[in-house]
Amino acid sequence: MADLTQTQIAQPTPSRLRFKWNTIFDHLILIAGSLLMLMPLVYAFITASYDPVTIHREGLALTFGDELGSNFEKALFEKGGFTKTVDGMVMLKNSFILGIGFAVGKIIISMMAAYAIVYFRLRFATFAFWIIFTTLLLPLEVRILPSYEAIQRLGMANTYSGLIVPLIASATGTFFFRQFFRAVPEELVEAARIDGAGPVKFFIDILVPLSRTMIAAIFIIMFVFGWNQYLWPTLITTDESLFTLVRGIKQIVLTYSDAAIPEHGQALALAIVAMLPPVLIVIFFQSWFVKGLTESDK
Amino acid sequence: MAQVALEGIHKVYPNGFEAVQTCSFVIQDGEFVVLVGPSGCGKSTLLRMIAGLEDITEGTLRIGDRVVNDVDPADRNIAMVFQNYALYPHMTVAKNMGYGLKNRGISKTEIDAKVQEAAKMLNLTDYLDRRPSQLSGGQRQRVAMGRAIVRQPDLFLFDEPLSNLDAKLRNQMRIEVRALQRRLGTTAVYVTHDQVEAMTMADRIIVLNGGRIEQIGTPKEIYSTPASTFVASFMGAPPMNVLNATVSSDKHVTLDEGLELPVAAPAASSGPILVGIRPEDLTLGEGTTPFDVQIVEELGAQRLLHGTLGGQAFSVSVNKDHEAGTGTIPVSITPGAVHFFSREDGFRI
Ligand SMILES: Nc1ncnc2c1ncn2[C@@H]1O[C@H](COP(=O)(O)OP(=O)(O)O)[C@@H](O)[C@H]1O
Ligand SMILES: [Mg+2]
Repeated sequence: MADLTQTQIAQPTPSRLRFKWNTIFDHLILIAGSLLMLMPLVYAFITASYDPVTIHREGLALTFGDELGSNFEKALFEKGGFTKTVDGMVMLKNSFILGIGFAVGKIIISMMAAYAIVYFRLRFATFAFWIIFTTLLLPLEVRILPSYEAIQRLGMANTYSGLIVPLIASATGTFFFRQFFRAVPEELVEAARIDGAGPVKFFIDILVPLSRTMIAAIFIIMFVFGWNQYLWPTLITTDESLFTLVRGIKQIVLTYSDAAIPEHGQALALAIVAMLPPVLIVIFFQSWFVKGLTESDK
Repeated sequence: MAQVALEGIHKVYPNGFEAVQTCSFVIQDGEFVVLVGPSGCGKSTLLRMIAGLEDITEGTLRIGDRVVNDVDPADRNIAMVFQNYALYPHMTVAKNMGYGLKNRGISKTEIDAKVQEAAKMLNLTDYLDRRPSQLSGGQRQRVAMGRAIVRQPDLFLFDEPLSNLDAKLRNQMRIEVRALQRRLGTTAVYVTHDQVEAMTMADRIIVLNGGRIEQIGTPKEIYSTPASTFVASFMGAPPMNVLNATVSSDKHVTLDEGLELPVAAPAASSGPILVGIRPEDLTLGEGTTPFDVQIVEELGAQRLLHGTLGGQAFSVSVNKDHEAGTGTIPVSITPGAVHFFSREDGFRI
């Protein structure tokens, strides 16, 4: 403490000056970065306040027009699409079902897989784990044809389960939970055994509550990941009432006849709506997220 | 309440390591038995076999009248306290203590009553709603004790329960644990590497060394008639002096360096031998045996003098009011306080 003060007194001006310049420089970089990331959003939001004709004629705008409210309203509530049965709210709902189903499914499956690998004397536990791990090399895009074929034959095309189930196997989740479970002290398992907790009770009463920050962190990552799925939903849902936002935006723009001008304003409004939930989730659960990845409350 | 009987118990780990050599002993109902030995000697392994957390390779284990070799830990009616407490971090103190009862299907009101009673016994009543992370080390260890006593087990098992506490708290908890066990009258097996804990707490001590039982006896027996040089130097601080000596045909005991000790040789012995003398069984300034003092250690109530006797390392402990400095000083050996061990295997002669 004393040392620090003395150093500061010894050379006040240069150190303070350098300090200032550094800060300004850092902030300039950060501000430039944020602007770069934000500008497309700002453009999209402002341009969403014009009618399609103006957008078509003048392109992106930087001053507000007067159609903002109506564009958002139409995007969300007006029945659109080829069959005129689906509106923005339905797609929003579908996106939530996909995002939540995807995240919850992944968590359940990977927790149970990790539980089996870590706590049971399986003959080939390590081997099984590495097999699961190598599926990282086989993302959906690689196995998309066989997956599609399988789901199609099972009659699960155009169902929520067909949309979600093929995506929920998770090597990453299994890996994270495995590492977490391995760090749980052995004595805790033994104390629970003596306390008469069998495998199921131990999992539900002890392991799941212990993992809750971990679960929250993985939920956030996986929700965003699931929400942004594009390829698989495009392939497996042809029924418009099952469209998610991410894939539905394009549909809105496209369904008008060749002569008409695409509803750019509505599409931009919908794009903004599609972006919001993941952003909000990340902002609100930030602290959980950091906790889950760093804290060890064991 | 129960008697525990081990018959020919033997443990070989799957990797082929023999952690506990064949052993048999009986722990009486209500007895407090301490398993003591250096780290890695198999104490925990033995305790965990009694708990059912580790398979018994060979032998029969009885708790009460029941052979429990193949009984699940939950059904052995035992309770265990671990060194790192092993409390459930997400449960309150009350939930921690009641969890085992809940799993046995005991009603909520009954659990509450038992938890309250245990909490009162352990001064934890004010902390029942806290999480383990909000408690001090000593309080956590008390909760672990509470979790053990609410179940009213036949047998308490402790695996170095006080090793994570600071010295002062350890002394205090030592007394509390002992008093609690007396009061409940529950049979207890207590593992420690600390010979002071063993001496102060045990009804009987079992000294383990390298997976083998060296000696079983009351603290007094262990201290006054150690069965081997291992027991002699492990139990007691500072440890017993062990000197290399030879017994001549006319029963004189001579140190290897030529100094003759004024002690009576044991009847049936001759040739090379080990002579053990506890540091407190010597008197300074009397007798004829020269002791070369090199270092004086102040312990407050005592002084420890380290040096050599006939060229071999030697320590003497004297009372605090006994002035001492370095240099050569005569010492006399208290008659009858000399132990003899075989030089081949270290066992008592
Ligand atoms: N699961 C195991 N597999 C193989 N060896 C083990 C295992 N657990 C303990 N050991 C070995 O058995 C010996 C006794 O261990 P332990 O009973 O834990 O000793 P301690 O007396 O310190 O409690 C040690 O040498 C240890 O390395
Ligand atoms: Mg141990």
